[in-house]
Amino acid sequence: MRLLRRGVLPGFGLTLGFTCFYVSLMVLLPLSVLFLRAATLNFSQLWDILREERTLAAFKLSFGVSLLAASINLVFGGVLAWVLTRYDFPGRKVLDALVDLPFALPTAVSGIALTSIYAQNGLLGKPLQALSLKVAFTWVGVLVALIFVGIPFVVRTLQPVLEELDPDLEEAAAILGAGQLETFRRVILPGLIPALLTGFALSFARALGEYGSVVFISGNMPFKTEIVPLLIVTKLEQYDYAGATALASMMLVIAFAVLIGVNVLERWSRRAET
Amino acid sequence: MSGGPKTRVGPHGRRALVSAGGPNWFLVGIAVAFVGLFIVAPLSTVFVSALSKGVEYFLHSLTLPDSLSAIRLTLLTAAIAVPMNTAFGVAAAWAISKYDFRGKSLLTTLIDLPFSVSPVISGLVFILLFGARGVFGPWLREHDIRIVFAVPGIVLATTFVTFPLVAREVLAVMQAHGSDEEEAALTMGAGGFKIFTSITLRKIRWGIIYGMILCNARAMGEFGAVSVVSGHIRGETNTLPLQIEVLYNEYQFASAFALASLLAMLALVTLAIKTVALISERASVAQAQREATIVPTITAEGGAVGSAS
Repeated sequence: MRLLRRGVLPGFGLTLGFTCFYVSLMVLLPLSVLFLRAATLNFSQLWDILREERTLAAFKLSFGVSLLAASINLVFGGVLAWVLTRYDFPGRKVLDALVDLPFALPTAVSGIALTSIYAQNGLLGKPLQALSLKVAFTWVGVLVALIFVGIPFVVRTLQPVLEELDPDLEEAAAILGAGQLETFRRVILPGLIPALLTGFALSFARALGEYGSVVFISGNMPFKTEIVPLLIVTKLEQYDYAGATALASMMLVIAFAVLIGVNVLERWSRRAET
Repeated sequence: MSGGPKTRVGPHGRRALVSAGGPNWFLVGIAVAFVGLFIVAPLSTVFVSALSKGVEYFLHSLTLPDSLSAIRLTLLTAAIAVPMNTAFGVAAAWAISKYDFRGKSLLTTLIDLPFSVSPVISGLVFILLFGARGVFGPWLREHDIRIVFAVPGIVLATTFVTFPLVAREVLAVMQAHGSDEEEAALTMGAGGFKIFTSITLRKIRWGIIYGMILCNARAMGEFGAVSVVSGHIRGETNTLPLQIEVLYNEYQFASAFALASLLAMLALVTLAIKTVALISERASVAQAQREATIVPTITAEGGAVGSAS
């Protein structure tokens, strides 16, 4: 980076000033209020809220299912990204565009659509019911919704990295007598690890905070299918602001930790490139 | 795509060997099945269910007074949130891509922050700020201003949730194009505003368009944050997604899906424009690179930097 660039073009003060003002007003102020509010709770209060059985059950469900959804997305998102970058087949572009749909489709719409498909008399719910697998209104339904919202993150993180891979390395591996599977495992996969981890983390973070698509399909039973964001809403509706704030700041701290992790990963992968 | 399926040739112009010998149809099958099961099935369900009681009922559902007021509120919200975030996005992209300054990476992280905040929490923070027991609650009550459980709260929460979208896209495009043309224009005496409108804007237009439609789709479809701040007053503070929830919970499935199909259409149009924008953006970067290789020869010969057409 050239330090000289600073000040060459006009507009530095104006654009940076406006940016900082708007960021402070729209992001810093609202988020700091949450933490200030949480700071007014004393420690034992906070501890009591977080130790409630219902809270623990919600955290267990949110974390467990989000991790599972991110893992499933890692596998299928990996296959999707591979297929989309490496092969040409009829309908590839449509498939590619469809991957973004969970990002563009409002969560309430995907929520009611998934629920009606996986309900007992739904398109997929009925045959699954025959196999005695209930999806809607169980934790499996939560899983389905979280897979749906998380899939674009893995695919879109992997795609550019797959496109940039140097074919020379693969050729060299083949010349040295490596089979396709071995080349993949020992030559391609190591270069993908930062992107795979980033995609996993982004998908996980999105799943952890997701609300709209889950509330319809989960049935919202306390201790069974109640995720943390829903518990926050429940507490708000009961005017339990202290409880809602405690849970929200806990979630926010975790989300920030994931965000920092992703930043570190991205720096790592950039260093690996150069 | 003529001549049937074939292995794509990589950017380096050679066959990538692990994928040589045609597509692995097993993997393609898995990918298609996954997308079919998790993405196409829900999408088509929306349209099938919307029309399950016939076209007449579909139109009737869309023109109910509550539906119309939800549509109006959704349009109003997007009409405020999208321009605000666009103005911010362009300014932020300019500041970040054209200069080096201390705290730049911190600023970039802060801009991305709303992405990692749960929508529910995004709503909650505005309750804590402007709610009856919030920081500004007493002051607002004294002056008889309602923010939470009213339209301003919905607009604020939506703006917060969609905050990074335009900035991100415009920043990526601005960084890809670089600042050489702007700096050349500056040496020829153009002012900042002139440089921006006649050079930068032309270069980043697809980034702005893509960012805006993405921001718009998210603004119109936001559910969690808006649900927390809206108060769910029918005909007054229910946006389209909230009205869909109300209808669905009242078992009026066909009507709920009729409204949902509007938002699903919006999502499809958004994806279509995105695809067009990406193709055009790639073409414009490629053109800029071609021009960049021509410009030095012109300057060497005639001394004038060819103004890019």
